[in-house]
Amino acid sequence: MEVRRHNAGFCATCFVHHCTEQVSRAIEEHKMIAPGERVLVAVSGGKDSLALWDLLLDLGYEADGLYLGLGIGTYSDESGSYVRTFAESRQARLVEIDLPSRYGFGVPEGAAAARRVPCSACGLSKRHLFNQAALEGGYDVVATGHNLDDEAAVLLGNVLRWSTDYLGRQEPVLPEAGGFARKVKPLVRLGEREMAAYCVLRGIDYIVEECPMAEGNKHLGYKAALNLIEDASPGSKQAFYTGFLARGLPHFRPESEQDRAGLEPCTTCGAPTPSGQCAFCRLVESASAVGDSTPLPVPTRRGRSRR
Amino acid sequence: MRVLLRNPRREIDVAGPLRVGALLQRLDLNRESVLVIRGDTLVTDDAMLEDGDRIEVRPVISGGVG
Repeated sequence: MEVRRHNAGFCATCFVHHCTEQVSRAIEEHKMIAPGERVLVAVSGGKDSLALWDLLLDLGYEADGLYLGLGIGTYSDESGSYVRTFAESRQARLVEIDLPSRYGFGVPEGAAAARRVPCSACGLSKRHLFNQAALEGGYDVVATGHNLDDEAAVLLGNVLRWSTDYLGRQEPVLPEAGGFARKVKPLVRLGEREMAAYCVLRGIDYIVEECPMAEGNKHLGYKAALNLIEDASPGSKQAFYTGFLARGLPHFRPESEQDRAGLEPCTTCGAPTPSGQCAFCRLVESASAVGDSTPLPVPTRRGRSRR
Repeated sequence: MRVLLRNPRREIDVAGPLRVGALLQRLDLNRESVLVIRGDTLVTDDAMLEDGDRIEVRPVISGGVG
């Protein structure tokens, strides 16, 4: 396996070691997980999250998986089956939440009802429910499979629009705060191609097909643009992202911290929100109003303090 | 050689012998965005692919941003 940005080629054994070492370094460098902490890994059935779960288990962390059924037809059925197969093979604990069963809508219906693009409704639901599951389950940290390519593409999008609020919180670690569990991204030192290769070499089956809802989204366009640059100049994505962390982020962080400090509990579920009802509860209400007359369950209210 | 492509899933025939890099150029694919797999084995850019090989060109880009 060649990794052009490191100007290196690896045999299978050394490549798996390389991935393990990069994750270990990211965890240590950014103080993501302390020894003995309980980790909830957000798993989708895709290469990144399953590889992350595998790596964390191999590194000896107490890592349980959380799979969120998004109600995207056969795509969700298939992705769920990859997660269950992996959990079984590693004898790891898997927590499942099914959006349609619990809240009465899937991502396609929720997005239409709230007039959001599907990826926005999906991301919103994931952020809310991962956080809620971590707090309710007593986990110290939520780990997601965002890799170097994801972070570089998000950064490009945020820079193109100068979204300073988002730039201020684009960190590999978001610390725990009132109502928020700590969130970490241990794959930030590894690219998307490396994660796919890791799964092939480790024999991890994952869903290869792209989510049907993601077709044509901006994020894919940013990744394609960055890959054109990377092909001509290996290492560009890493330099872009790590350069931002070192020299750009400190300028934007204060704005983000100020925004976070001003949050108050959602009037319905208690999750932190700028004011009134949180975006997830509004999504649930919109979907409920459009759906049949059966009332949807209200998200669980929970305490805020978690420092 | 028989080449499996994804998104959408389809198979095409390509005449060999051909290096991986040349195959990707012919398919107009960026080498940063795919893996090339022969049978169950990853192959590098300079590997020679032969007639009779079964090849998968697997995209590695995913669009979700949670």
